[in-house]
Amino acid sequence: MKADLLEQLLAARAARRPVVLATWLESARQELFCANEDAGAGDAELHAALREAIERDAARIHELEGEPVFVQPFNPPLCLMIVGAVHIAQQLAPMAASAGYEVLVIDPRGAFASEARFPDVSLSTKWPGEALESAELDQRCAVVTLSHDPKLDDAALAAALASGVFYIGALGSRKTHAGRLERLRACGFDDDALARIHGPVGLDIGARTPAEIAVSILAQMTQCLRHSSV
Amino acid sequence: MKDVLEQVAEWRVEGRGVALATVIETWGSSPRPAGSHLAVNEQGNFVGSVSGGCVEGAVVETALRVMAEGAPELIEFGVTTERAWEVGLACGGRVRIYVERVD
Repeated sequence: MKADLLEQLLAARAARRPVVLATWLESARQELFCANEDAGAGDAELHAALREAIERDAARIHELEGEPVFVQPFNPPLCLMIVGAVHIAQQLAPMAASAGYEVLVIDPRGAFASEARFPDVSLSTKWPGEALESAELDQRCAVVTLSHDPKLDDAALAAALASGVFYIGALGSRKTHAGRLERLRACGFDDDALARIHGPVGLDIGARTPAEIAVSILAQMTQCLRHSSV
Repeated sequence: MKDVLEQVAEWRVEGRGVALATVIETWGSSPRPAGSHLAVNEQGNFVGSVSGGCVEGAVVETALRVMAEGAPELIEFGVTTERAWEVGLACGGRVRIYVERVD
């Protein structure tokens, strides 16, 4: 791999631009394609291979004009927006970071969203609705609300529902969740939209402690991400 | 933990020789999917993984040769190859790995 190609790859990732690397395995030719509609347009087979790689987020070898070509997508990094800088968020943020997520914790209460409580985590003290509306949420993003406070969580959930995020989770008991769904329904979201919210959040693994609850949330996010893309 | 490709870039900035190994094909129950990376520098330090730790040692050897000679190499590991007796995959899977110099 040429160093300038590696630089382009890293720059694309930093700018959240999906790209595809094609390596011709016999001739060692290597090319980086932007994953837009026109990618590889002159060559129908190559074009189809590039699209498949991005859509399935999976790399494989294609036979193109008699030569094996390894086609590898580099989708933008996964991102996780956590609303509520609470105890569970302190556990979930580093776990998600090690699973490859860029994590942002949002809480307008500065006493919660403090660097002392969240070392090495990106923090925002904006109102969650506002923070998420300006965040360009896409299908590589997940949103988890943990504050229990309708003033913080509801607007965040509304912003998440208006976007194409792959996962939405909301902490709270069944009763709390039912009340939340009523309020969102009153805002105009129908049952299909509301069914996108995982609430109570997380897989049912009997989690008790904040760390265990974080595991159950990250497990459910992984399930949504990987089972839906296969 | 630092991303593998970022580590490659960092090693390059430091002027070190680097090779990149990529899983390009798997059969059966291989622990790392196609696209997984292992980067090796000229000191033999490595980051990332191409298996569950079963074949990394052999891949590092190949990477050092590719760094020295320049031409990419395709290597394969699995229970059916002779090398399996030295560095095979205990899971019974097979894996093909492309090793290239970064230059």
